[in-house]
Amino acid sequence: MPVTTIEGHEIHVDAEGFMTEYDEWTEELGKALADAIGVELTADSWGPIRFLREDFKAEGGHTPTLRRVSTVGGFDTKKLFELFPKKPAKKMAYIAGLPKPAGCV
Amino acid sequence: MTTAQEAIIPKFDDDSDDSGVRKLAIICSKGNLDMAYPGLILGNAALGEGVELHLFFTFWGMDMIIPGRMNELKFSPSGNTAMHMPMGDVRIPQALAPMPGMQPMATKMLKKQIADLGVPEVPEFLAHIVASGGHLHACRMSADMNHVALEDLYEGVEDIINASDFIELTAGAQLLFI
Repeated sequence: MPVTTIEGHEIHVDAEGFMTEYDEWTEELGKALADAIGVELTADSWGPIRFLREDFKAEGGHTPTLRRVSTVGGFDTKKLFELFPKKPAKKMAYIAGLPKPAGCV
Repeated sequence: MTTAQEAIIPKFDDDSDDSGVRKLAIICSKGNLDMAYPGLILGNAALGEGVELHLFFTFWGMDMIIPGRMNELKFSPSGNTAMHMPMGDVRIPQALAPMPGMQPMATKMLKKQIADLGVPEVPEFLAHIVASGGHLHACRMSADMNHVALEDLYEGVEDIINASDFIELTAGAQLLFI
């Protein structure tokens, strides 16, 4: 598993760059990850990110899909596209330090 | 290792300056429950990848956007030799497939399997696609054949367009016919 450094944080990642160690993540690192992919975080961004972290843990290591973030997390789909433009599911997962969602829907 | 390495960061490729946005158009021409899903699933996936999406409903696919029908799509084992019994690996004999009760049973089974995967029913799926920025269009000729106007269709449908409009709209798009 490769190790990479993002703004001074040394983290384990997969070949694409998604984090592989749940416990290496902090909110400060989340900001650095968002910076790295050019996503600007606002106060509204943290609700979905925290939901992803909690749901991943509760569901035994499955990153929620966009639909799950909307239906179970209660976040508006349109808003998620605004906060994490174009590829919300993958960008949220990246910033939350989780693998890409595996589900289709 | 002492050499400075470049950080490994996923390439989301959404700010690449290659000309234009990727665009996908899916022609949904079937009204059977099992054939409604491929377009919805792929369309939804495309939106999640930042691809511009147009769903064009035509012929039997109109049932996917007609309220009162869209939530009542059916699945029939008739003519489908890949339909297996719930237990074991036994195919349903084709002679039995058209029997009374088979279609409701098969529809119920399929709906349950889809729901078990957390995949929504057609109306909810379309709502999610619209909320994700997808565009829904109905076919002019099919609307005329069904005697329906825009106000008779699912609220997320933007317009009723003819074949030429569709060709114009999908310039440069990738096309899927389902």
